[in-house]
Amino acid sequence: MHPILLLGPQKPVPNLRPMLDALDVGGSVGVVSAGWQEREGELDELGEHIRRPVVDLALYARAEEVFARDRALFDDHRERQDRLKLLQRYHRIRLAHARAAARELFAADEPDRLMQTERRLAINALRHLDRQHLRQIRCIHADYRRRWPLEHHPELRRHRSAMAESLSRCAAVLIAGGHVAVLISRLRLFDFQTLAADRPVVAWSGGAMALAERIVLFHDHPPHGAGDAEVFDLGLGLVPRMVLLPHAQARLSLDDPERVSLFARRFAPAVCAGLENGSGLRWNREQLESATGVSRLCASGEVAELRP
Amino acid sequence: MSQTLESLLRRKKPPDSRAIDRFIASNEFPLVDETGVTFVYRGKADEVRLQHWIYGLPSNQPLERLEGTDLWHLRIELPESSRIEYKFDVVNGEHNHWIVDPLNPRIASDPFGANSVCPGYGYRQPQWTLPDPSAHSGRFERLALTSHALGGRREVAVYLPARFRKTRRYPLLIIHDGPDFQRYGSLSTVLDNLVHRLEVSPMIVALIEAKERNREYAADAHHARFLTEELMPLLEETYPLVDGPEGRGLLGASFGAVASLHAAWKYPRKFGSLILLSGSFAFSDIGRHRRGASFDPVVRFVNEFRRRPTRPAERVYVSCGIYESLIYENRSLVPLLQRHGMEVRFSEVRDGHNWENWRDRMQDGLSWLFPGPLWMVYE
Repeated sequence: MHPILLLGPQKPVPNLRPMLDALDVGGSVGVVSAGWQEREGELDELGEHIRRPVVDLALYARAEEVFARDRALFDDHRERQDRLKLLQRYHRIRLAHARAAARELFAADEPDRLMQTERRLAINALRHLDRQHLRQIRCIHADYRRRWPLEHHPELRRHRSAMAESLSRCAAVLIAGGHVAVLISRLRLFDFQTLAADRPVVAWSGGAMALAERIVLFHDHPPHGAGDAEVFDLGLGLVPRMVLLPHAQARLSLDDPERVSLFARRFAPAVCAGLENGSGLRWNREQLESATGVSRLCASGEVAELRP
Repeated sequence: MSQTLESLLRRKKPPDSRAIDRFIASNEFPLVDETGVTFVYRGKADEVRLQHWIYGLPSNQPLERLEGTDLWHLRIELPESSRIEYKFDVVNGEHNHWIVDPLNPRIASDPFGANSVCPGYGYRQPQWTLPDPSAHSGRFERLALTSHALGGRREVAVYLPARFRKTRRYPLLIIHDGPDFQRYGSLSTVLDNLVHRLEVSPMIVALIEAKERNREYAADAHHARFLTEELMPLLEETYPLVDGPEGRGLLGASFGAVASLHAAWKYPRKFGSLILLSGSFAFSDIGRHRRGASFDPVVRFVNEFRRRPTRPAERVYVSCGIYESLIYENRSLVPLLQRHGMEVRFSEVRDGHNWENWRDRMQDGLSWLFPGPLWMVYE
């Protein structure tokens, strides 16, 4: 297993180059920027920053091409996405009530023992909902994969071969952030993790989220709605026991101990890690090896520095 | 009297000119506290009066002169988070002048000039209305067309969002009084920021303006035809737009809101979303209205709509300031829309009939009707 680096947002000051250089691998890098959608492949700025050749793996464009050539695959893909969207809508309804109950219980000033038990049960209810939701998502993906086995699809195989060939010239793989739903869908379509398995991976922001076991969407103060974090999809599972939270300072109310505590307890034992600009995690042999500038949401409601 | 003013008097009564200079230099005006606002004017005058546009509160209120000084003051109650606009009417002999408050640098402009702005206790100008250097800017293009419906040539400014691409499809919003929204409501700054913050979907916005506003925007069938049969086809031909009514919206303030609702009513299933700001939805359940002749066609339309309501759009954002005379009409509209299956979001704010009120509503309205990928994008 090669090291995996998980970085925070690369704006305003990128830290990709020093982190990549510290991996001590020379030569070209393959880049996945499918999360940028139509902007995929606009890699000049990235290349200038890392000062080494970049190879655009073009997952977004490849997927568009596959869909254009195989209408049946596309229709089935669209149907799966629609089912997932509907499932997410239903899940959100259940979640809103469970989350409101938990929040109300947590708002009490001096909880007695009975209340503490109720709080624990309210969190269990949330965790149960999340597990059920993931199970449903897993079924939908498995169903799709059964109908469209990768190995039997010539277009997908052709693109995978082309990507494998490109990757053979690359010392590492970079996965940029962006639209996390688009990114994970393209990574999954081409079973990308098996292609990149023998190389170090550096992913940032939404790219880092896609490597975790589950992708959790979060925003505590959106213009509309209660801002309930929601389990959105399965990630690639390369980084176990972590929920990755880019832009945590901007997107979460980290000064609200109740919200922090609820968040941390809901996803425990996974570590809820806040990734800011300049921060990074190094993951090696399934162990967290080092962390720089990464925060950790604690069950106590505090936000502490994450240490391996 | 405000405590700040009282503290000036405690030291010396009447305060001398230097004490007043120091008082002026060390405070921001008007003086705002939790319960109200004290307006202050300094200068020679026979009378000074406050002119404001708060419906329900007497305007033309006299300021009181601090005896033995040239300092004038008036305190009014103002609820938290209010924002009001005002002027001073300074009377000298037989002459009087309406002026902006010389001690207050906050100015709001509109087609009739400028007013001083009093942000009440707790009001903060939203961050997203201010230029953000990190936000990418959209750009404007100009389109021209010959309108048979309205007669003559019309020009339209079209806002294209940052990173606009022809390969992508965008929702369309048509804004009545668009150039004024740009001039007085920081429209492009607001759009750039809300798109940058992922709160609003990147969208194409057409800014239209009337040549004869009181006629064209007063529930005028020619205007509705211009929008749907002339402008929309041109925009659809020129730009990559999301198909169907869910990707089409109309926005307007005051008479512009009437024009928006009227066009959607005339052409149902063309516009999925409406943003109606401080709409001039005057009606008369009985007898005649008292708003002047320009409102006659508006009243006819609103009366008709109230008699036989339909479903002009799917989702409607309605907002009105509680200091506006139109608050009653707007409140009346909401249940009418809801009863006929439209999803309505209604926002009442402590503000008046002005551009900054409408500017401040943009986030709420646009992010509800055209939500951006806030939850999905982690750059």
